[in-house]
Amino acid sequence: MGTTLAEKLWESHLVRKGEDGAPDLIYIDLHMCHEVTSPQAFEGLRLAGRQVRRPDLTIATEDHNTPTLDIDLPIADETSRIQINTLRSNAAEFGVRIHSLGDADQGVVHVVGPQLGLTMPGMTVVCGDSHTSTHGAFGSLAFGIGTSEVEHVLATQTLPLKPFKTMAINVDGELPEGSTAKDIILAIIAKIGTGGGQGYVLEYRGDAIRALSMEARMTVCNMSIEAGARAGIIAPDQTTFDYVEGRPHAPEGEDWDAAVEYWKTLVTDEDAVFDTEVNLNAADLEPFVTWGTNPGQGLPLSADVPNPDDIADEVDREAAANALEYMGLTPGTPLREIAIDTVFLGSCTNGRIEDLRAAAEVIQGRTKAEGVRMLVVPGSARVRLQAEAEGIDQIFKDFGAEWRNAGCSMCLGMNPDQLRPQERSASTSNRNFEGRQGKGGRTHLVSPLVAAATAVRGTLSSPADLVDAPAALV
Amino acid sequence: MEKFTTHTGVGVPLRRSNVDTDQIIPAVYLKRVTKTGFDDALFAAWRGDSEFILNQEAYKNGSVLVAGPDFGTGSSREHAVWALKDYGFKVVIASRFADIFRGNSGKQGLLAAVVSQENIELLWKLLDAEPGKEITVSLEHRTVTCGELTVPFEIDDYVRWRLMEGLDDIGLTLQHEEDITAFEATRAPWRPTTLPAKHLPSVEIEAARPVEA
Repeated sequence: MGTTLAEKLWESHLVRKGEDGAPDLIYIDLHMCHEVTSPQAFEGLRLAGRQVRRPDLTIATEDHNTPTLDIDLPIADETSRIQINTLRSNAAEFGVRIHSLGDADQGVVHVVGPQLGLTMPGMTVVCGDSHTSTHGAFGSLAFGIGTSEVEHVLATQTLPLKPFKTMAINVDGELPEGSTAKDIILAIIAKIGTGGGQGYVLEYRGDAIRALSMEARMTVCNMSIEAGARAGIIAPDQTTFDYVEGRPHAPEGEDWDAAVEYWKTLVTDEDAVFDTEVNLNAADLEPFVTWGTNPGQGLPLSADVPNPDDIADEVDREAAANALEYMGLTPGTPLREIAIDTVFLGSCTNGRIEDLRAAAEVIQGRTKAEGVRMLVVPGSARVRLQAEAEGIDQIFKDFGAEWRNAGCSMCLGMNPDQLRPQERSASTSNRNFEGRQGKGGRTHLVSPLVAAATAVRGTLSSPADLVDAPAALV
Repeated sequence: MEKFTTHTGVGVPLRRSNVDTDQIIPAVYLKRVTKTGFDDALFAAWRGDSEFILNQEAYKNGSVLVAGPDFGTGSSREHAVWALKDYGFKVVIASRFADIFRGNSGKQGLLAAVVSQENIELLWKLLDAEPGKEITVSLEHRTVTCGELTVPFEIDDYVRWRLMEGLDDIGLTLQHEEDITAFEATRAPWRPTTLPAKHLPSVEIEAARPVEA
C-alpha cells in the first residue's frame, strides 16, 4: 500500500522512532519566532544553561503586538515595548536572525517566511503560532506549537510527536467568479466543524485546489487550525516551484535541480489510503460569511441568520443561541442586511499582495459607505512596498481607507487596532471568537472581495451586489 | 515538574462548548515575559459578569474544571494553560480538547482528562445540585469521582507516564542527542538556512500616520 504526503514528510524527518508508546522524535527544518510566545522559552534556555542548537534554522520577526502607525516612534504601550525589547535582546544573546519593526523584511511571520524563500516543499516548519499551518501550502508539514515546545525546538531542533491521522479534503469543480480560496476554507470548516479536524493533517486535493495560486493555497492551509486540524498540506506542483524560484533563499543551480527532482516525489501515492475523506464541489460555493462566534458558524452570503431552535444538537443549539446574543443578531435577518462599522483587510490569512489587489479592484472608482471605517494592513513591509509600487495604496487612500504598516493588527487586537464594544467588523482574518478583535467586538469573517464590497455598501455584500458590478458577477 | 498522581478539589461546571483560548485568556493579556501572573486574566471577559461561575462564592476555590466539548480551540498560546494553573486549576475535564491545548497542558502538568459527553452531563448535574462539591481525579486509575459517581477518563499513555513521573521533555530528548547529530549529517545541501541572511535590498519604510478625524 502506498503512503500519503503527510506520512512521507513524517518519515523523511524521523530522527528516532518512539518505542513502548513513546512519541517519535521529528527533526524541524525551520523554526520561526515572534515576540509573544518566545520570551518564556528563551528564559527557560537561560535558566537551564542551554544554547539555541541551530540558530541557522531559526528566524524571528515582530508582528503580534507591533503598532501599525508611527512605527518610527517608541512603542507607546509599555508592556508591548518590553516584549519587543525582550525578543530583540534574546535574538542578540542567542544569535538568532531578527527582522524588527521598520526593517523591510518585517511582517507577519507567516507572510515573511514564504516571501524570503525560507518556506519550500518537503520541510517541517514550526512556530509558536497556530497559523503556522499556512506553510503547508508548499507541501511542507507545518504546525503551531506552544511555548514549551518552542523551548524544546530551540534546545534540540526536534519535537517528540505522535503521528497525526490523515484526512483528504477533495475539492473538485471550478470555483465560480466572485468566490475565492477563503470561501472554500470557510465552507470546509462549516461542513466538518471546529473539532472535525482534531488529530488530523488535512490534505487539500482536487482540481479546484490545483487551480489556486500560492497565495490562495496559503489562505486555505492557514485556516486548517480553525477546523481543529494541526496542519493542512497541498502537494507541490509547478505553481509552487514557480513561486519559490528566484526568492532570496531558494536553492540555485544544481541545488535547485536536485531540490525540484525531490519535490516532485512529494505526492500522495495513488493507492494510499486516508483515515478519512471529505468531498466538496467548488462549483457550488458562494461567497461565505460567518454569523457566530466560532469559524464553523458560517453560511453563504445569500442565507439568513439561523434560528437556534432549528438546530437538533443540544450543544450546538446552545452555542448558536449564545453566539447570536453576543453578536446582537436576530434569527431570520438576511446576512446581506447586516450593517458593518469596520472593515479589516489584512492578517496571515488574507494580507498578501494578491488579496490587496483583489480588494483594490473592487473599490477602485467607488465611494466608501458613510460611517464605515476601513483598515488596510499589509501582511509584511515588502507587501506594502509592492502595493505602493503598483499604486494600490493610492486606490485605498482615495477610497478613504487607512493605509497602515505591516503586522497582525486587528486580527487579534494586541496592538491599538481594536474594535470597540459592540462595534461590528467584516474581517479578512481567521477568528470570530468573542472579544478577539477587541472586548465586546463582533466579527464576521469574509474574503477580501466581500470585505471590499462591504466597505462600499456598508452591509455584508459581495462584488456582485454592487450597482455597476461587472456583468460576469451579476 | 511536580509529579501528579491524584487530585481532589472543587469541581466547576462550565456549561459551554468551544471555549477557545481567546476566551481563556484574551490576547491583550499576553504581553508578559514571565510564565506566572496570569491568574487575573483567566476568562477575563466573563469575569466581569457577576453571574459567571467563578464569581460565585462556592466555586471561587475551584481546581477541577468540567467543560463542554472542544475546549482550548484556536490560538496556540500556552498562556491559556499558565492562566488556568495560576488560578489554581489542576485538572480540566472535557469530551474533546483541541490538539495544541492538550499538548501544552501535558507539558505544564495540567491534566486534560477526556470524559464522554454523557458522563460530563452527569458530573454537571451533580455539581449543580451541590455547588462547591469536590471531585477526585486519579491519574493512576484514570478515574473521575464525584460523590457516588465514578467515571473513567482517557489520556495518552505516554503523557500519563510523564505526568506521574514529573519528567521534563527536553531532558528526555537530549538523551538521544547522538541520533539528532546523525540525522543532521544526512540533510540535503539545498535545505534552506536562515544564516547567512539573504534578502532583497533594504528599503526605507515610511511610517503610516494617524488619519485626521
